[in-house]
Amino acid sequence: MSDSTQNPGWWQRLRGGLERTSASVGDAISDLVVKRKLDAAMLDEIEDTLIRADLGGEVAARIAAAVGDGRYDKAIAPAEVKAIAAAEIEKALAPVAIPLAINAEKKPFVILVVGVNGSGKTTTIGKLAAKFSMEGKKVVLAAGDTFRAAAIDQLKVWGGRTRSEVIAREPGADAAGLVFDAIASAKAHGADIVLADTAGRLQNRAELMDELEKIVRVIRKADASAPHAVLLVLDATVGQNALSQVEAFLKTAGVTGLVMTKLDSTARGGILVAIAEKFKLPVHFIGVGEGIDDLSPFTARDFARAVAGLN
Amino acid sequence: MFDRLSEKLSGILDRLTRRGALTKADVDEALREVRRALIEADVALEVARALVERVRERAVGVEVVKSVTPGQMVVKIVHDELVATLGADAQTIDLNAPAPIAIMMLGLQGSGKTTTTAKLAKRLTDLARRKVLMASLDVRRPAAMEQLAVLGKQISVETLPVVEGQVPAQIASRALQAARLGGYDIMLLDTAGRTTLDEAMMAEAAEVKRSAQPHEVLLVADALTGQDAINLARAFDERVGLTGIVLTRVDGDGRGGAALSMRAVTGKPIKLIGTGEKMDALESFDPARIAGRILGMGDIVALVEKAAANLDAEKAARAAEKMRKGAFDLADLREQLTQMQSLGGMSGLMGMLPGIAKMKSQLASANLDDGMLRRQMAIIDSMTPKERRAPDILKASRKKRIAAGSGTKVEEINKLLKMHRSMADMMKAMGGAKRGPMAGLAQAMGFGGGMPSPEEMAKLAEKMPGGMPALPPNFPGAGGPLPGLGGKLPGFGGPPQLPGLGKKK
Repeated sequence: MSDSTQNPGWWQRLRGGLERTSASVGDAISDLVVKRKLDAAMLDEIEDTLIRADLGGEVAARIAAAVGDGRYDKAIAPAEVKAIAAAEIEKALAPVAIPLAINAEKKPFVILVVGVNGSGKTTTIGKLAAKFSMEGKKVVLAAGDTFRAAAIDQLKVWGGRTRSEVIAREPGADAAGLVFDAIASAKAHGADIVLADTAGRLQNRAELMDELEKIVRVIRKADASAPHAVLLVLDATVGQNALSQVEAFLKTAGVTGLVMTKLDSTARGGILVAIAEKFKLPVHFIGVGEGIDDLSPFTARDFARAVAGLN
Repeated sequence: MFDRLSEKLSGILDRLTRRGALTKADVDEALREVRRALIEADVALEVARALVERVRERAVGVEVVKSVTPGQMVVKIVHDELVATLGADAQTIDLNAPAPIAIMMLGLQGSGKTTTTAKLAKRLTDLARRKVLMASLDVRRPAAMEQLAVLGKQISVETLPVVEGQVPAQIASRALQAARLGGYDIMLLDTAGRTTLDEAMMAEAAEVKRSAQPHEVLLVADALTGQDAINLARAFDERVGLTGIVLTRVDGDGRGGAALSMRAVTGKPIKLIGTGEKMDALESFDPARIAGRILGMGDIVALVEKAAANLDAEKAARAAEKMRKGAFDLADLREQLTQMQSLGGMSGLMGMLPGIAKMKSQLASANLDDGMLRRQMAIIDSMTPKERRAPDILKASRKKRIAAGSGTKVEEINKLLKMHRSMADMMKAMGGAKRGPMAGLAQAMGFGGGMPSPEEMAKLAEKMPGGMPALPPNFPGAGGPLPGLGGKLPGFGGPPQLPGLGKKK
């Protein structure tokens, strides 16, 4: 892993974050199969175990089937089950493990961040701003969450920490106009990247999704090729509803990539596998903590191995 | 929430109810599907499994064999078990303690603690008439304390002034002190979001609990949570000790499995649910009603409550009088459309009606949305008062003018006029009939009088303080086709044909 040699800390953090996942899935699988012959009941239980990791019914059934394939009535070692599960998960995730590419020709490169309430949009923007600033890029933050009380203050704190300019208006102001101004200001000051925050919205609330559509429309007025990236922030603790979130935000805001947050919790984030299969959207980053540098590039192999309980 | 689970379950159970005798294989197959539907709804695996086993035991036993309609008996058992899992009785925040009562809010990051704290403060101030103090113990997230202070200003509830550099336990004792001195009845403690793995944070929460001695410790959890719901509920309950759960984002399109899971593993009641972004969008949780909604039986109680709270009784009486005289003009129709909107619009209204989950897709294809309500109101608004009183004078040129004024098409105006005519006719015809308002509603909605059953209605009436509020006679749809439905949809205004709507339970 080139990433782990560059930054030895993040692998530890990912492992730490996914430890509970691996431990529980891994232990359960070990308990199941050690010194036992493979039978239908066992496959059912393996499927159940994967369901518990939020992999979704379909994917869980397929992995269980792969485990059973050609091994029926034979004794099987726990490590083998884990390896098969990991390989299947990796197969689904490998095509979507794509880093976020910043096109330097687009100046400013406009990144719109969307998601449901509490998924971690503002925190993710803070971490992204820190990452880009460290790379020597000039970042402008647009405080587009004008709804939630103190969301603007929260972003300003992040702006201070990362020494980025924050464009903000009073609470309740029109978010679309504010993002427009931020892009104009970024152009005037020669900034490289605009990170635009938005208010959290549930994807089934039509009026709020209309508002998001308007933000995208107004961004296009400021720069016809923008937004250059639309990141959907997904909370790892969310279950099957994540599928509905991806679908709705894809349709309304033209999501180009995903960030999964809160993988440092007990949640397994297995829903990412189902999302990868259904939508084939790139997964750029995972959030594994509250610290400013707790945002890691997403790698399919590590994620899959960690989920399956392999070291 | 619960819509899609409800859709799934009612489909599965429908197939059962159509049959006469049930074999064990029939029940087994249906229960396998029930289990799968529960898991797809994010119900934790162990909870889904236990629920299905309990249903199976009762279903293959004496209860079903002896009943006249075995299929319906199974539906009833599933319903009962869902209610039992969710908790049989509605429980609310317990305020039976000497003041100041401390209430502590816990939860993962982003679950909605701060917003819920403010909503609860507003609810306790407005409904329970208590003097409330809020304090933020979140020293970690940037601007978390400001967020609570801003919300406090919005709802006119005091917040504890921020003192830099204090640790949460210190802030908690300071809050307690301030609450005693200030004569507050209730003190709400909003804690920092944490992950269940963060031992330091869990210890901090336990420490705060020791110093504040809260009467209620509420876990604020996202209704969209997946299989992790049982882990987090268990972890918080074991480490800190909970007295109840508040479920947020219930207005999302999640399938609500988390509610079942968390109640089942902790045994702690779900006391409140957050249903929207506004500060008053916090409701009490009634397990029986939710289970009914899951099974597609609708939430008639909520509908009636909402109608009673939102409809202007005086206006209603006036409109009813007009209807009887057959003088129902377009201005009256406009009034009805407005009232419909105040009940949450088409989608809000539909969500509460029994059996509606099954026809969601049909509704969508019929283009029955809130936009249509707005367009129809725009059409009426673009008419002169004279035109509203006497729609017959509307000829081509007037219609063209109205279409231009309201941004609609002449066809839409014709449709509206046709709808108004059929409504007015029907109301005239019904004018003499002496019937209870609910009967009118029930018939219009296509219940055919069989749903909800009289016993159920009696039960509902008992539950409501002051008995069942009479539904205003001009309740939209009562005694006629629902505005906008134009009789196109079977089951509405027409003979009940849609499965689930006309069928008796």
